Amino acid sequence: MFALPLLYFIVFKYGAIAWLSIAFYDYNAFAGFSGSKFVGLKYFKQFISDPWFWRILKNTIVLNLWMLVLYFPTPIILALVLNELKNKWFKKAAQTISYMPYFLSTVVVCGFITTILQNDGLVNQMLTALGLEKIQFLMEPGWFRPIYVISEIWQQCGWGSIIYLSALAGVDSQLYEAAAIDGASKWKQLIHVSLPGIAPVISIQFLLTVGKLLTVGYEKILLLYTGATYETADVISTYVYRRGLMEANYSYGSAVSIFQAVFALILVVWANKMAQKMGQTSLW
Amino acid sequence: MKKKVSAGNRAFNAAVMAIVILMIIAVLYPLYYMLIVSISDGNAVLRGEIVLWPKGVNLNAYIAVLTNQYVPRSYLNTLLYTVSGTLIAVAMTALCAYPLSRKDFYGGKILTGIVLFTMFFDAGIISNYMVIRSIGIKNTAWAIILPGAINVWYMIIMRTFFSGIPEELFESARLDGANDLVVFWKVVLPVSKAVLATMVLFYAVGLWNQWLQPLIYLDSRDLYPMQLILRNIVLGADAALSKSMSANSDMATMGLNIKYAVIFITMLPILVVYPFVQKYFVKGVMVGSVKG
Repeated sequence: MFALPLLYFIVFKYGAIAWLSIAFYDYNAFAGFSGSKFVGLKYFKQFISDPWFWRILKNTIVLNLWMLVLYFPTPIILALVLNELKNKWFKKAAQTISYMPYFLSTVVVCGFITTILQNDGLVNQMLTALGLEKIQFLMEPGWFRPIYVISEIWQQCGWGSIIYLSALAGVDSQLYEAAAIDGASKWKQLIHVSLPGIAPVISIQFLLTVGKLLTVGYEKILLLYTGATYETADVISTYVYRRGLMEANYSYGSAVSIFQAVFALILVVWANKMAQKMGQTSLW
Repeated sequence: MKKKVSAGNRAFNAAVMAIVILMIIAVLYPLYYMLIVSISDGNAVLRGEIVLWPKGVNLNAYIAVLTNQYVPRSYLNTLLYTVSGTLIAVAMTALCAYPLSRKDFYGGKILTGIVLFTMFFDAGIISNYMVIRSIGIKNTAWAIILPGAINVWYMIIMRTFFSGIPEELFESARLDGANDLVVFWKVVLPVSKAVLATMVLFYAVGLWNQWLQPLIYLDSRDLYPMQLILRNIVLGADAALSKSMSANSDMATMGLNIKYAVIFITMLPILVVYPFVQKYFVKGVMVGSVKG
């Protein structure tokens, strides 16, 4: 019964891991694997001394830090706010609407973003109407991170709030009653009852997010970046896609992938250990 | 007796309402905007007159899109990939999750480790490409359907669900002399409809929305799914495609209304089905957030 799934993991997952070994060879697609020369750590050394090494490493981490500071609190706030809605029907409708963007494809979302931000798009039309200068949003490196983070908030915030909402549902209602009798206002109850109630979930989500510091949802970046914004937008994964896959530097790209995969694994294992230490659920 | 609401709490409630309404507008307006632009007169769109209401309502953009030589074909491809891919993925995931949920499965611990490791170690885009090429499914539908057949995270959700099935059900079936496959088919699957529905939806949305794998693995335009056509239209990455689009409209360049019409057609099935099935998605997250 398990044979088919096992075959799947061997072929597609461990097969892919095995292919990483071309990072140690001068892989040539025409000569095949057997006809390629073993070169040891050549491509790893090349990556460390790559002029773009620091840029893509920095961009990957900085983009994640932006997400951590600006995106991370939004699902928590949304959950706390939705939790305050008294009308059941309205709460349900608001929740349903908030999750919806999560199910739209990256292409749809980025298609919308690029059209409203282009030179004669909706946003620039508004800027012009207000007597302001047009901005070439998609061409300016300074705008890439804000655009990325805002689009992530738009798409993920509602979905991300589910886990906090379910934690809030588990907070003992007697605590609120007791607080109300003590004369605590709604705001005080939110700060002193709701927030502490979901604090464990918040810390675990925080750790898991930190664990993903070296990975970025690069599908969105591939659709949003342009040559003009590589300075801030080019991350490790997009670099592998462009340099490694598109320009067919398979061995070099694989070396970069190994670098990323190994450090990402170390980080995520560390984060999970920390989460376990806090006496809460873990991923395994 | 009606409770008196203090001024502070009234302000609090107002702030809550304001944030929720702002959120609802922020989510819905972009969708609404795309819809009104797609049905408006192209010149009014160019002049930037479409903000709240459509102007010169017409369906020309949709007619242009639907009669385009590439669009119906790719829409059909997407349907095909989604349906067949979902069937395969749900079956494979169930076949993987059920044995791993059984405590008496010999070697289950090691196999679970082997499976979970792939969740945390991403071999990357090049290695995956090499696999697809080396097993000879590049530029075929299989390259779209097979690689995502088991999502480990979804598998964990399913396994968690299976391990919650009461042991007595299995025992009585065994006493009747049923083997593992019969138990799986006759006992496990019938009581797992809820989680199966969740899986169908997650996989279907994923397959419907994917574009990067098709971009990497498919060479012939005949095989392109809708998302890839949309991506090429939005980025203007495909000259023949862009030309075929503007040839059908009365404008020199491809108008915004046509772009949005394509976007709308691409996301329409999700928008239509979503309100009715969203509770299954949420259930899935809930099960998954419990320790696996």
